[in-house]
Amino acid sequence: MLEWNLWRALLDGTWITVQVTVLAALLGTILSILSGLAGLSSVRAVRWANQVYVDFFRGTSAIVQLFWIFFALPFFGISLSPLLAGVVTLGLNMGSYGSEVVRGAIRAVPRGQTEAAIALNVTSFDRMRYIIFPQAAVTMLPPYGNLLIELLKASALVSLITLSDLTFQVQILRVNGSASTTQLFTIALVLYFLLAMGITGLVRAAEGYLGRGLEIGRGARRS
Amino acid sequence: MDLTYEWDWEYAWEILPDLLDGLWITIQATFFGIILAMILGLAFAILRRSEVRAISWPTAWVIEFIRSTPLLVQLFMLFYVLPHYGIRIDAFTTGVLALGIHYATYTSEVYRSGIEGVPRGQWEASTALNLSTMTTWSRVILPQAIPVVIPSLGNYLVAMFKEVPLLAFITVFDVLGEGKAACTRNFQCVEPYTLVGVLFLIVSIPSSILVRQLEVRLARQP
Repeated sequence: MLEWNLWRALLDGTWITVQVTVLAALLGTILSILSGLAGLSSVRAVRWANQVYVDFFRGTSAIVQLFWIFFALPFFGISLSPLLAGVVTLGLNMGSYGSEVVRGAIRAVPRGQTEAAIALNVTSFDRMRYIIFPQAAVTMLPPYGNLLIELLKASALVSLITLSDLTFQVQILRVNGSASTTQLFTIALVLYFLLAMGITGLVRAAEGYLGRGLEIGRGARRS
Repeated sequence: MDLTYEWDWEYAWEILPDLLDGLWITIQATFFGIILAMILGLAFAILRRSEVRAISWPTAWVIEFIRSTPLLVQLFMLFYVLPHYGIRIDAFTTGVLALGIHYATYTSEVYRSGIEGVPRGQWEASTALNLSTMTTWSRVILPQAIPVVIPSLGNYLVAMFKEVPLLAFITVFDVLGEGKAACTRNFQCVEPYTLVGVLFLIVSIPSSILVRQLEVRLARQP
């Protein structure tokens, strides 16, 4: 097996991968919710602007977006650090996919809930905050979990803009000839797989937590 | 901040032919990649349904493993590891192989939903008619399972197209590879990378619309 200092380098890389993924997930989640709500707005200009954002980021490739932000943006006087460029790109990218997830889940909440809230004179903000969104959140979680795993996988792209994540460390060790190539890549893939399983576990736990007391949670049958 | 970047039309015009050559490589890689993914995905889907647990169980884990790890790492792995075992294939083929294997894990899920959509009675009738496993799959189940999943496969075609630029990092001169080359040659990166992005939009937005229409049309059929 590998020597301790090689493991050290791989684990340092894994830590960067975790950081990038968590930060981008935070940004991506906020953008997903904002963009999902914007997609349901009654103001046409808001819906339209939102559609431009979604189509733009879904229509181009994540790696091309990353390269544009990291290599082309400095020509406009905006230089982002590799970490910031990675987090911003991955977050914007995730938001464009999460938008549909949020929008779909909110629309799937039965109309009667909205009507009842209106009848009870709940303000439109409180209606979304306390009645509609908490119910939609349970439906959102499984596809949201998939998005997080896609994000984790996409985080490997930051190695291409010199951020020393797990993929980057593997490439360095490979070039140094410190360990066999097969061994290095196998370990890296296993580490990514473990992280992905961790995400799956967390999402399952969240499903159980958010689903409590709701008819549409896990285990309960949808009527 | 200086938002008054002077876009160099002459330079953009000069690099466009190279980028279009690259785009053609990208399209070719997508084409071969999706064909491989469709064949391999079907094999995965059928193996996963096997009644022999020694086959279905490892298949399920392999699919899960490949699907939850980064394509970029798999690509590098194939590119650097295969030559160690005496397998020498060019970078383009390696890329197609990685794309095909990675996306096969997605297409296998798509096939699975299609296969599960075939009514149980069809299996039972095949047994009653004493059809062999091979005939049941090829003549009864798959002809009913595959047409309904074609639009979903189309979605993965578009998704794969957007991941082909990763091949630029194993020395393939796809559209991003050409863009990178122009950027390092001339120290002017705005034009190449912007054009690469625009080319992606030009190809992928119409294809997504096409796939969506196909979905609607197939959904309307009984």
